[in-house]
Amino acid sequence: MNLAAKDIRYNLGRFTLATVGVGMLLMVVMGMGGIYRGIMEDAILLVDRVEVDLWIVQKNTRGPFAEVSRVPTNLVFRSLAVPGVLTAREFVYHTIQREQNGRPLRISVLGLSWPTDKGEWLPLSAGRPLTQNHYEMIADETLKLALGEKIKLGKETYTVVGTTKNMINSTGDGIAFFTVADAQAIQFDVPGESTRLERAARYGRGERSDIGSNQPSLLDNAEKSSAELPTLPLPQISAVMVTVSPAVDVSQVAKIISGWGDVSVYTSDGQRELLLKGMVEKVRKQIGLFRILLTVIAAIIMGLILYTMTLDKIHSIALLKLMGAPNYVILGLIMQQALMLGALGLVVAYSVGSKVFPLFPRRVILTQYDLIQLAVIVLVISITSSLLGIWKALKVSPNEALS
Amino acid sequence: MNKSVPSQYVIETEAITKIYGSGNTEVVAMRDASMQVEPGKVVALLGPSGSGKSTFLTAVGLINPPTSGRIIIQGKPILDGKNALVNLRSFRRQHIGFVFQKSNLIPFLSAIENVQVAMEINGLSPPAARKRAQELLDYLGVGDRANNSPSMLSGGQQQRVAVARALANHPSVILADEPTAALDSHRGRQVMELFAQVAHEQGAGVIVVTHDHRSLDIFDILYEMEDGILQKKTRETIS
Repeated sequence: MNLAAKDIRYNLGRFTLATVGVGMLLMVVMGMGGIYRGIMEDAILLVDRVEVDLWIVQKNTRGPFAEVSRVPTNLVFRSLAVPGVLTAREFVYHTIQREQNGRPLRISVLGLSWPTDKGEWLPLSAGRPLTQNHYEMIADETLKLALGEKIKLGKETYTVVGTTKNMINSTGDGIAFFTVADAQAIQFDVPGESTRLERAARYGRGERSDIGSNQPSLLDNAEKSSAELPTLPLPQISAVMVTVSPAVDVSQVAKIISGWGDVSVYTSDGQRELLLKGMVEKVRKQIGLFRILLTVIAAIIMGLILYTMTLDKIHSIALLKLMGAPNYVILGLIMQQALMLGALGLVVAYSVGSKVFPLFPRRVILTQYDLIQLAVIVLVISITSSLLGIWKALKVSPNEALS
Repeated sequence: MNKSVPSQYVIETEAITKIYGSGNTEVVAMRDASMQVEPGKVVALLGPSGSGKSTFLTAVGLINPPTSGRIIIQGKPILDGKNALVNLRSFRRQHIGFVFQKSNLIPFLSAIENVQVAMEINGLSPPAARKRAQELLDYLGVGDRANNSPSMLSGGQQQRVAVARALANHPSVILADEPTAALDSHRGRQVMELFAQVAHEQGAGVIVVTHDHRSLDIFDILYEMEDGILQKKTRETIS
């Protein structure tokens, strides 16, 4: 006869309430683990998805994700000249915040190196990759931009031609993919008035210098657009992504490029480490510690519930002892209830969590490993939290059955 | 020294004394109480409240060991003063049945389960325990209420279930502490007759603590406890 099950059946309402309560608490523990996992995965998602061997960034920076990096566009061609380099692509990445339909819209703008990269590698949930050099974009679903929707960024209007699922940056902002040219246009967009003022200032500086007097054509050029002036630098890119030929050792190529005085080079693993150790380390630790705290609280609450449940049947326990029940019968009664409470709480946590977590603004990822880990934690806290009840039950005298 | 010796008594107590506290707070609850009960005999233990009846019963029931004296059950020394000579809980499980003033049934078990659990913790298989539990309930006239929870049974029915539980493991000793206190006189007498029937049919020694003098004719032996002193009485000498 399973005394634990019989007692639960007798006190079904209370046990159900206790189970739901413990389940909700475990759901929070599970959720914290999921948020932790989500932050980790989101942080390195882009590096993983892009699948390149080397990232070339501005010298002594940890770019392009951990900090701002600026490198010249022609770095692509220098990279291609290195023996063993298979492909080199421009990478433009920055975050903007605009207003769309009255709500703030944070977009991580990522430039695809048109025409070699049209976004075919992206996990499209709808639509298609880019098919033209301008005015098209692929947006992540978290940006809540519908297929075909038009959005004005800077002076241009872009049409959403594709959507992706779970393409977000390390801070949880959805990524939108443009061509590099469009991404730069968005990044370096300035109002017309600023352009006119800059040109006037440039003309004024020319007029005040001897060169301007000696070379009038220079003053004519000063009023032209920046792109037409060979002496002005072109807009810079964030990084260059390099893939290495399969037969070539990546570290050898990295060694050559790292010898250049103006850039730093990271492998994809190096980028992952920069992101995990640099950008999300504190958040990761904070959530990890909070999760430990919640687990301890769950254990204490479970312990109190089980202790109260034991107190409620202390007379029955004394009676069982009076009848000569061995200690393992009493221990089994309490331990089984603790395990049932923990196991059912875990089921409640998973069932409710699976429905609730997708509604969270950031990804909550429940991996099999984390679920197994939580199940082991629940097993441990079920056993430890039942110890107080077991201690009380073993201490009770059979005499109490007579009182 | 502790070996079993053939004995004509199922219960023997040899000058058992129970003292609570020490020094100035010392209280002697029971002094040199000796009793012998033959198999199949029903003993009434009478006496006013606080006289030490329950102390004697819990000592014989191996719940509350005496301070001194010996308790021998079925010829086997069990307690020598406070020293247990066997595993008391195990011995209690196999040889002693209890019935209390209140039925003391486990509330989360049905009537039949209350009887069944006593046998299961003694190692009987669940199907066999259930079968015997049903037989006992039938024997005691509450077989039709087997699946009812204790709260759905009347006081008399609960007490019959408690008796069934006490009989479950074929005990050689049945101890009852005012088992009829919560019952009307008719039901009370029925329960007392039940003890006598069980004692006679199963050869158990039964000690019943009671205040009810109307049922004294049912008992084979009478003892009276007063101020911790146990004395054998007859119907004529009982106070």
